[in-house]
Amino acid sequence: MNNQTALLSVRDLQVHFLMDEGVVKAVDGVTFDVHAGQIFGIVGESGCGKSVTMKAVLRIVEPPGKIVGGEILWRHRSKQDGSAGDPVVDLVKFDANSKAMRDIRGAEIALIPQEPMASFSPVHTIGDQIIEAILLHQDVSKRAARQIALQMFKDVGIPIPEQRLDEYSWQLSGGLRQRAIIAMALSCNPRLLIADEPTTAVDVTTQAQVLRLLRRLQAQRNAAIIFITHDLGVIAQMADYVMVMYLGLVMEQGTVNDIFHAPKHPYTQALLRSIPTITMTPRISLPTISGSIPHPFNKPRGCPFHPRCEKAITGKCDARTPALQLIGEKQLVSCFLYHDAEVAA
Amino acid sequence: MTNDEMTSAKTKNDPVEEVPLGSVFAAKAEERVSVASNWKLVWWRFRKNKLAVISALVLIAFYIIVLVPDFFATQDPEATEAKLAFIPTQGLNLFDGTNFSPWVPAVVGKRNPVTLRMEFKIDETKKVPIRFFTEGFKYKVLGLFETNIHLIGPQDPKSADWIYLFGTDRLGRDQWSRMMYGTRTSMTVGLVSVILSVIFGVLLGGISGYFGGWLDLIIQRLIELLQSLPTIPIWLAMTAALPQDWRPEQVFFAITIILAFIGWTTLGREVRGRFLSLREEDFVLAADLAGCSRFRIITRHMVPSFMSHIIASSTLAIPVMIISETSLSFLGLGIRPPAISWGVLLQEAQNIQTLALAPWLLSPGIAVIIAVLAFNLVGDGLRDAADPYGH
Amino acid sequence: MTNANDSHLLEVRNLKKYFPIRKGFFRKTVGNVRAVDDVSFFINEGETLGLVGESGCGKTTASRCILRALAPTSGEMIFWTKEGQAVDLAKLNRRGLRPLRPQMQMIFQDPYGSLNPRMTLFDIVGEPMYVNGMTNRKERVERVAELLRLVGLRPEYMQRYPHAFSGGQRQRIGIARALSVNPRLVVADEPVSALDVSVQAQILNLMLDLQKRLNLTYLFVAHNLSVVKHICDRVAVMYVGKLVEMAPTNELYRAPQHPYTAALMAAVPVADPRVKTGNVELKGEVPSPANPPPGCYFHPRCEYAVDVCRTQPPEFREITPGHFVSCHRADELKLPGVAL
Repeated sequence: MNNQTALLSVRDLQVHFLMDEGVVKAVDGVTFDVHAGQIFGIVGESGCGKSVTMKAVLRIVEPPGKIVGGEILWRHRSKQDGSAGDPVVDLVKFDANSKAMRDIRGAEIALIPQEPMASFSPVHTIGDQIIEAILLHQDVSKRAARQIALQMFKDVGIPIPEQRLDEYSWQLSGGLRQRAIIAMALSCNPRLLIADEPTTAVDVTTQAQVLRLLRRLQAQRNAAIIFITHDLGVIAQMADYVMVMYLGLVMEQGTVNDIFHAPKHPYTQALLRSIPTITMTPRISLPTISGSIPHPFNKPRGCPFHPRCEKAITGKCDARTPALQLIGEKQLVSCFLYHDAEVAA
Repeated sequence: MTNDEMTSAKTKNDPVEEVPLGSVFAAKAEERVSVASNWKLVWWRFRKNKLAVISALVLIAFYIIVLVPDFFATQDPEATEAKLAFIPTQGLNLFDGTNFSPWVPAVVGKRNPVTLRMEFKIDETKKVPIRFFTEGFKYKVLGLFETNIHLIGPQDPKSADWIYLFGTDRLGRDQWSRMMYGTRTSMTVGLVSVILSVIFGVLLGGISGYFGGWLDLIIQRLIELLQSLPTIPIWLAMTAALPQDWRPEQVFFAITIILAFIGWTTLGREVRGRFLSLREEDFVLAADLAGCSRFRIITRHMVPSFMSHIIASSTLAIPVMIISETSLSFLGLGIRPPAISWGVLLQEAQNIQTLALAPWLLSPGIAVIIAVLAFNLVGDGLRDAADPYGH
Repeated sequence: MTNANDSHLLEVRNLKKYFPIRKGFFRKTVGNVRAVDDVSFFINEGETLGLVGESGCGKTTASRCILRALAPTSGEMIFWTKEGQAVDLAKLNRRGLRPLRPQMQMIFQDPYGSLNPRMTLFDIVGEPMYVNGMTNRKERVERVAELLRLVGLRPEYMQRYPHAFSGGQRQRIGIARALSVNPRLVVADEPVSALDVSVQAQILNLMLDLQKRLNLTYLFVAHNLSVVKHICDRVAVMYVGKLVEMAPTNELYRAPQHPYTAALMAAVPVADPRVKTGNVELKGEVPSPANPPPGCYFHPRCEYAVDVCRTQPPEFREITPGHFVSCHRADELKLPGVAL
């Protein structure tokens, strides 16, 4: 965990939602590093805070949500483009709508949203929208911007790109729309691409196409990708490094091999056991995680997973919240089974 | 992971879930929320909107007046006394010095030597003592039993000093008492015509939305036709068609039906829309697959789902009806004297001379404004609270 | 694996469901969306048949036709009733269907939209019993309590409203409602796809357990091939309104005979970083069911397509006992399956 080489370094991030009924601690102290050229997978179920974390990084958390603590350190692209001399800025300190933040958002950190239909305006052609995004961040002529957009469409494998540029989003199929949104995200050559469940809305065969495309583009451009999903299969196939979240906290972090073949946290272990896979014996009872995910308003005290955990230690797990600690060489786990460090109250 | 591991892991029946439920409120209130019906949830949300709650109280006060206007009236609204025309308003004082002893200032009249008209002035020095729950003229409560108790009246009912809280009109009739009766008519017209248009709207909109096809086509064209007609000429035509010799009650009901006839279209559209979207809901399909009859699906599964919305929209429709009745009557086309409504009362304030001389005759206008505002605020509050599952 | 009793419960023959495309002021029919286009299959009593395919392939439409939530355009759907009679569901009207409704029930995908938020659990689960003649409230209370226990919920929850429950618990309530009238056929339309990963296994286990206890027959409609593999005895694959393959689960996954089935399986990402999947890419897009290509609907995307595929629609035939496929080249192709 070297701050010098990390592209994005999130430190103890806290995002709270102040509602009428009380405070929802959607993200409650999350720490991780993303390095250049890495595919960083975040996996978690509903309410784990994976999407809110990414919205915080992009500084697009909607009210009543608010970043109440922590740092989001971003290695800003300097003009000379020498990575060593790039200044590190704390995105939390920026105003969400400031010029500085808008220059980073879209140009340096780009988002591939879950629902491609909602990301394009239906009254402008896709080409116009991509060209507008390019003009916003790059100092080029309109003609040159169209050339860039055309090249992006070719790169993401959209057939007959000249014609597609002048079509509207609703004229494209789901798969093509997903490619178009990737083209738009890549148009300003970002250093970090955040893909928030980019394939949940599409079918398996389209999903395979999109995942392949993302892997290819990532290898070509050496950009980092943060890949958010609840699908363990997708994570296993895509990510180099995986972070497992549950109810606003990081349960475990490690390389994809460690997470899938040597999971440490009981939650990760149980999650991996409970999914049916295409290669296993059918019609046997699956080992399950008992109960359901509590509503964020009723977050349990101590380790948030303890009411569903088979290995929970009474008097410890239900009272104190374990901190994320390095176990072994590069695996981080927040569980009292492995260490005794707790989050400072 | 090997298969042995998986089969040996705890399996069999999943344990009954012990984890806290996904309720939105703190654990203490959870059980209460879990068993709370839709109406309770709506009420809890409505309650948070202070302005709407205050408006609701205002409306309740209005409808209490509707029930027993005579109790609040100080005098017979029809009693004319030409000698007592255009008496100004008398302010009600509750304290005499520091003692609770309500009084109104007395009115003194003087004939203007030029116009030979009686002109009245407030004489603050002379106090007319007031009592609550005093005796006055006889009336029947809801047509059931007779009484002569009124909320307010002069201490001595036989004295010559009457009280005119809102002054009198050109015929010397007490404006306050007439307002009470006007409130009854106007608020009732609003309510009844909305109830009628809800019945039309739910029935026709429901048929249109549930059955679809050519029925839907005909009803939709009818709604479009009615909505494209300019309202004022239609009112004019329809009210002009009412026989001149009809009794005030007959006119009253005719006006109500005319308003409802024009007013149901918006609600009808909304109900149709609700039906169309509900028809696609899984729980309606589930009821169908369970073998429910069409009638049961509509009445038990669909209508309750949008009842709260209908109530909210109807609340917002009442002020429109009230304004319509007031404008019609103001133009002399709606309720006709001797019946009293806000519109009829405002007719008295039609010329500038009267207004300059007796501005208190505009008081029904203020009542209209308060009632319309209150209905709108309550309606908005209800609309926001109507879908407690929205987020 | 299949139930010993191999008698058919439902046989679907040449089922078609077309949705007319209307245009213009007079709403003239200018074409048809062939959502389900000549589909034939059967379900044996006590087994689980999986119906898989990508969105828009017609699997949901087909399942709703069977339940007669939709009226099929043509075809037969023979259902063997409790009393041993064979009835064609396609020919019955609303009144004729009513006595059969309790024998066929449905589990929905969306645990939120499928429960009426304005009814208590007792009303939701008790409603099918009530409309089918159990008018005694006390009897219903007892039966609802029993059903709630059966699906792993506490009977005390009866007076609660759905908003008090999580997605997984709601899905249990939906299952209790479906079981309340002792159905024989249960159509489950993507019953776990809207649930959190950690809750999916609970519902799958519950469904397997209930099937064993109550001898239920499932038609399991889903797009997740791993889940289908886990729960189904036999699987039928749909593509643009047609069945392309139907076989016992293990056989289908081990040795698929249709290139589309093989491509579908290759596309499933395996939750193991050491097994690299997704290397074979299926090119192109699913054609529109309003305007499908000539010949085999899959030929524009098929790497094995030859001339005959472009002109002749293949026949849905039985190549080995119990294994049906509609591909001209099924006999010659050796397609990769999933290593078991």
